[in-house]
Amino acid sequence: METPLAPTATEDETWELRLYVAGQTVKSVTALANLKSYCEQHLKGRYKLEVIDLLVHPQLAAGDQILAIPTLVRKVPVPIRKIIGDLSNQERVLVGLDIRPAESK
Amino acid sequence: MQDAATYSAPLGPQLPKTPTGIDGLDEITEGGLPQGRPTLVCGSAGCGKTLMGVEFLVRGILEYDEPGVLMAFEETADELAANVTSLGFDLQALQDQGKLRLDHVHIDRSEIEETGEYDLEGLFIRLGYAIDFIGAKRVVLDTIEALFSGFPNQAILRSEIRRLFRWLKDKGVTTIITAERGEGSLTRQGLEEYVSDCVILLDNRVIEQITTRRLRIVKYRGSTHGTNEYPYLITEEGISVLPVTSLKLAHEVSDEIVSSGVPALDEMFGRRGFFKGSSILVTGTAGTAKTTLAAAFAAEICRSGKRCLFFAFEESPQQLVRNMRSVGLDLNKYQEQGLLHIEASRPTLNGLEKHLVTLHKFIRDWQPEAVVIDPISNLITVGNITEVRSMLTRLIDFLKVNNITALFTSLISGRNIQQEMTEEGVSSLVDTWLSVRDLEGVGERNRGISILKARGMAHSNQVREFLVTDEGIRLLDVVIGPTGIVTGASRLTQQIKEQAEALANQQELERKDRELERKRRVLEATINNLRTEFESVEEELRQINHDELMRQQALRYNRQNIAGSSSPE
Repeated sequence: METPLAPTATEDETWELRLYVAGQTVKSVTALANLKSYCEQHLKGRYKLEVIDLLVHPQLAAGDQILAIPTLVRKVPVPIRKIIGDLSNQERVLVGLDIRPAESK
Repeated sequence: MQDAATYSAPLGPQLPKTPTGIDGLDEITEGGLPQGRPTLVCGSAGCGKTLMGVEFLVRGILEYDEPGVLMAFEETADELAANVTSLGFDLQALQDQGKLRLDHVHIDRSEIEETGEYDLEGLFIRLGYAIDFIGAKRVVLDTIEALFSGFPNQAILRSEIRRLFRWLKDKGVTTIITAERGEGSLTRQGLEEYVSDCVILLDNRVIEQITTRRLRIVKYRGSTHGTNEYPYLITEEGISVLPVTSLKLAHEVSDEIVSSGVPALDEMFGRRGFFKGSSILVTGTAGTAKTTLAAAFAAEICRSGKRCLFFAFEESPQQLVRNMRSVGLDLNKYQEQGLLHIEASRPTLNGLEKHLVTLHKFIRDWQPEAVVIDPISNLITVGNITEVRSMLTRLIDFLKVNNITALFTSLISGRNIQQEMTEEGVSSLVDTWLSVRDLEGVGERNRGISILKARGMAHSNQVREFLVTDEGIRLLDVVIGPTGIVTGASRLTQQIKEQAEALANQQELERKDRELERKRRVLEATINNLRTEFESVEEELRQINHDELMRQQALRYNRQNIAGSSSPE
């Protein structure tokens, strides 16, 4: 269940984000919705979002040291960052992902 | 479909248990950990919590063919594998065989940002995946408390941990959860309230610079268990828990006799020696030849072609061999034949438990017929009396169960009024008790040996003086003087005196004999005289009689003549 969004013109590099969920739970759905909205708002055209359902691919949980669900992992740019929870707090998500809102204006 | 085994269980249905395979732990838990339930193992740093978990898994795989999952929150898989290699556990090989799965859970607070609602489903999925992948029956969560450092939201965490334990139960896996010991509570994060089936507490105590590790089962729902604190050790072969005493006194006994190595000493026992498999204690003050007696016993065992293990806590093997050579005991010969092994170490080298395990290991590997420990009193230096006593109890039990004859020597202090009491209080545990002591007389000191007790056989009540000669120990005959038994120079004096007395007696006897002879002769002479006298008297009497007869005949004749001459008239 991948939703890669084709990257278009980028300023620097493409952001690679991975969202780990476990089935279509309320938290997972909320998190995905929140994430998409932030990305569209701030990273439009220069991000790749991968959604991994651990119920389908449980073997992938160990790779990114996933414990909490949902977990958002920023693979690129390094360093790896993890944000857990339903991403309802926009400010903290942006700080956590190190996205400068100023860029997106 | 009931099978026979169900019926044969006399106590009704028992809680199903999973044997850990850990030496001694299954004995205390009466079969193992509760099957399909979580067990909490808590203890402070350096107690061997992780090791217990790893051993539980490895033994499960090797001995019971139950695959296991280890979820490590603190160490990586490689670190863990390296740490237990020294114990002979090859985690990598077990992983390659698909019997074991190591999953390192890395939690780094700095990498994690928390926004909004979440749960720990990821952990469940990882664990569930690992369990299902290899069909695990056993799971170890090594220090799940690490989660508390990674996730600040305690409310979520606690409910998730509760859910995790419930979930593990539903999965039917036997789980060990390790946790750090907390102040005033069993675990730092109060995990004991979630794990209610079995809680094992590990403890690491330093008393007088010697560390003893102890294990206690705090609770075990639905089962009886040993309630004491049990010392345990981390040895080259993993964890070894030592039940303080064996649960029953039910060992096989032997009717065979083994010699003490001193023939005259054997004579003091009704059955000419010790029972095989019995334990013998030799107590005495310093320099009373306890070691020599012990070595004589060891040499005797070896002479009969059996193996003997000699633990020397005072002398090095070379010194012991040299010293015993001076009393005619060639221990070196037996060492070369592989019949005698002298294991010398300072008691302070190890804690008591370590000593016990060394003994166990040697005895198990070497299968000796007899064991000598010289002396047990030295062990006092590494533990207090209760500990030494409990260790010796266990040791004696162990030896008895294996039908190994054991001889212990023990030094007692000469000033101790209660000389009969050994400091370790083991006298009630041993079957035979020999006491060697100084018999101090006028200006000298001699050695005496006596039997204080010998269970199951008649024995001499005498205190026998003995000499340590070039040919070994020689018991002397008992010499009783006017004030009790005499020894040493007084013994010689007494013997000379007795010889003189005997000579005088002999002479007196001879004199009396001669006197008698003379009397007899005098008497015989007198008898002859009397007889001669009697004969003359007799003859005289006979003469008188004859004369009288003749006279009467003459008279009668004359009368007849007178009558005849007068009748014709």
